[in-house]
Amino acid sequence: MFHIYCPYCAEYREEEEFHPKGQAHIARPADPTASSDDAWGDYLFFRDNPRGVHHELWVHAVGCRKFFNITRDTRSYAILETYRMGEQPGVTAETATLAERDIERRTSDTATIQGVPS
Amino acid sequence: MARVAQFDPHPVQGAATQSPLHHRAASKPSGDSRVTLVELAFLDHLVLRGEPQGLAASVQAVLGLELPVEPQRLVIGETGSLQWLSPDEWLLIVAAGEGFRLQRELREALGDSHFSIVDVSGGQTLLELGGERAIDVLMKSTVYDVDPRAFPIGKGVTSVFAKATAVIRRVGEERWELVVRRSFADYCLRWLLDAGEEYGIDYRPAKVAATTPRAAVADTETVS
Ligand SMILES: [Zn+2]
Repeated sequence: MFHIYCPYCAEYREEEEFHPKGQAHIARPADPTASSDDAWGDYLFFRDNPRGVHHELWVHAVGCRKFFNITRDTRSYAILETYRMGEQPGVTAETATLAERDIERRTSDTATIQGVPS
Repeated sequence: MARVAQFDPHPVQGAATQSPLHHRAASKPSGDSRVTLVELAFLDHLVLRGEPQGLAASVQAVLGLELPVEPQRLVIGETGSLQWLSPDEWLLIVAAGEGFRLQRELREALGDSHFSIVDVSGGQTLLELGGERAIDVLMKSTVYDVDPRAFPIGKGVTSVFAKATAVIRRVGEERWELVVRRSFADYCLRWLLDAGEEYGIDYRPAKVAATTPRAAVADTETVS
């Protein structure tokens, strides 16, 4: 069991109260009728499966029932940040890699990145 | 005022009303009782939704309650209680029969602004858990931290309760309220009686408030 920071409840809550809802920041084509089959298919069915930093949509299902975003490392499962709907991630693959290199340089131990509330 | 169909859910006085826990008889421990449980049935529950800045003034004027905008806050006043459920959602619990009148007054005060008020009285019920060991019963039942340091009086959360969910509110030093779904009420009650057994749980069924215009159906029988 671990805790996830809900940006709406403004506190850490038990993981049991949440559900993951897949990749975040998927924009619906502005004009669906004009979009190609490929673009529409990508929008509906195709998702990223990165090794490392991933932005996900979660819901505080047993709580405030709000959807929000989590930036998570798919290798270590570490939650790097949580943020509200409509906001942009503060941690991305690029910034996380830099931070990681920095940590590796400073410590010889296996460092894990801790989640920090925004 | 927005065009919304409204109806009084209790148009006739004295109509039969049944609590979701009507089938469960009182049970008293043989020894000392350090936990008490009572159903505060037939209260009116309303869910208020909208932007806090749009609701606050009307809520204050009609209910005399400050709209809690801080997460997890519960405000208790003469009219009833108002609890933060989510950034745009509040639970208002008032005396039996008051819901319709207050709802109408709120709608009038809010006028054309963007909001919603839904009467959910029939979908849930309120249980009051008290006593020195009430906190131990809660600790067994929910994943939420109910330690007094993390859970002061006037706090309320929606969390996992038993294998179901409940709204858990602390209303006094050793007094807690649970809002449970009607369909889960029997399960939650049985869970509480089981969890409270070792502390000698004293359960009394629905206490009908003196002001209630409705008559409760008395068909309580022992279920074992
Ligand atoms: Zn939440």
